Amino acid sequence: MAGFIGLFRRDLRLALRQSGDTGLVLGFFVLAVVLFPLGVGPEPAILQRIGPGIVWVAALLAALLSLDRLFEADYQDGGLDLLVLSSLPVELAVLAKCAAHWVATGLPLALISPFLALLVDLDPGAILVLSSSLLIGTPALSLIGSVAAALSLGARRQGAVLSILVLPLYVPPLVFGAGAVEASVAGAGGRAYLLILAALSLAALAFCPWASAAALRQALE
Amino acid sequence: MINWLANPARFTRISARALPWCGWTAAVVLCVGLFWSLVLAPPDYQQGDTVRIMFIHVPAAWMALNIYLFVAVASAVALVWRHPLAEIAARAAAPMGAAFTFVCLATGSLWGRPMWGTWWVWDARLTSVLILFFLYLGYIALVNAFDDPSRGGKAGSILALVGVVNLPIIKFSVDWWNTLHQPASVMRIGGPRIDISMLVPLLIMTAGFSLFFLALLMLRMRTVLNERKAGTLRLNAGVAPAPRPARERAMPAHPGRS
Repeated sequence: MAGFIGLFRRDLRLALRQSGDTGLVLGFFVLAVVLFPLGVGPEPAILQRIGPGIVWVAALLAALLSLDRLFEADYQDGGLDLLVLSSLPVELAVLAKCAAHWVATGLPLALISPFLALLVDLDPGAILVLSSSLLIGTPALSLIGSVAAALSLGARRQGAVLSILVLPLYVPPLVFGAGAVEASVAGAGGRAYLLILAALSLAALAFCPWASAAALRQALE
Repeated sequence: MINWLANPARFTRISARALPWCGWTAAVVLCVGLFWSLVLAPPDYQQGDTVRIMFIHVPAAWMALNIYLFVAVASAVALVWRHPLAEIAARAAAPMGAAFTFVCLATGSLWGRPMWGTWWVWDARLTSVLILFFLYLGYIALVNAFDDPSRGGKAGSILALVGVVNLPIIKFSVDWWNTLHQPASVMRIGGPRIDISMLVPLLIMTAGFSLFFLALLMLRMRTVLNERKAGTLRLNAGVAPAPRPARERAMPAHPGRS
């Protein structure tokens, strides 16, 4: 357990001290959302309709952008070999890294999403649902992403391979996350969608560390 | 059984004999099935002749799903027992699965235009099959992304197993979400709900597609084995391995790692 916490704190500290990392991801998130009103026009009715989807898609892309940070640096400098050889089970090491990744990207994304929701004219109730859907759904993004990030370690054109692997797997969180906000805007209440989203995150929590650990082991063989 | 099958030399010997049989049977069955479904089978009372698209569309969809299942099972065998042929089989089957998925999507789009009045709807079944197509593409991209082919095979195997979650979603999407695509009418409890005059050509086409897949699979696996054999012979003879394309050589494989 001490190893788990130590690894979590190390990764978090690295992410926060390399100030470019979190800031860059948040900046990308904001810019991606801001581009849409410029592209489709500023009519509030249209923006309200497509706003939840825009924010969620931007969050997916921002998460994708930050995935290479999970294992790549440790893979390059050999730290990952030590992690795999250490007494900490690789699955737990993956979990610690995912948790740090979520705190450094998913959590900030969810926290600034209310301000972005104002830019696309969502009403307060919908904003609350949007932020909670991001809060519930982003752990799944970090966990699913860790599988793809581990699989693509050392690949040629890694960025392209990573995105083609991970985006199809991101579809369920996207559908239910954006669906929750749309349901609450339509007056149906987003509760069912949020519960399914929570189920997705929990399932990812149960399965993804194993898949990522298997991928890491074969990457270091 | 697994050990018996694991011998590449034995596989080469058996497949050399089975391949022409399999290929020619596939050709004959496909000709019979095409004639039966495009000429002999009756037009639908509602859809007229457009229903004949079904004889391509439905077997292609079944193949798309079953080939993914095949890739996943072969990947599991390759990961668990380090079966050398299973990895080659998974790798050889994936592009064919992607092709069948594409055929399924394309024929479905052509069929949807006259029947639903649109080329494409974001229906649960259509969307999940599209995701299956992207999963195939991801698998193919990942398998070919490494300088060391065995590395790509292992990474691909793990990805194939992760992607299995999509299969039940595709299969049951028409039951879970009540959408435009019709629910299953052949593989259902209580027997097929499709007339025998259409069911027979449908099954013949499915058999033809499966035989075609099997023949191509053997051919592709044999090609990979021969390629590896040629590589080994070249290495033993002291000749430099065949040069890789320039764009791959220009990039150092991995700076921090030998």
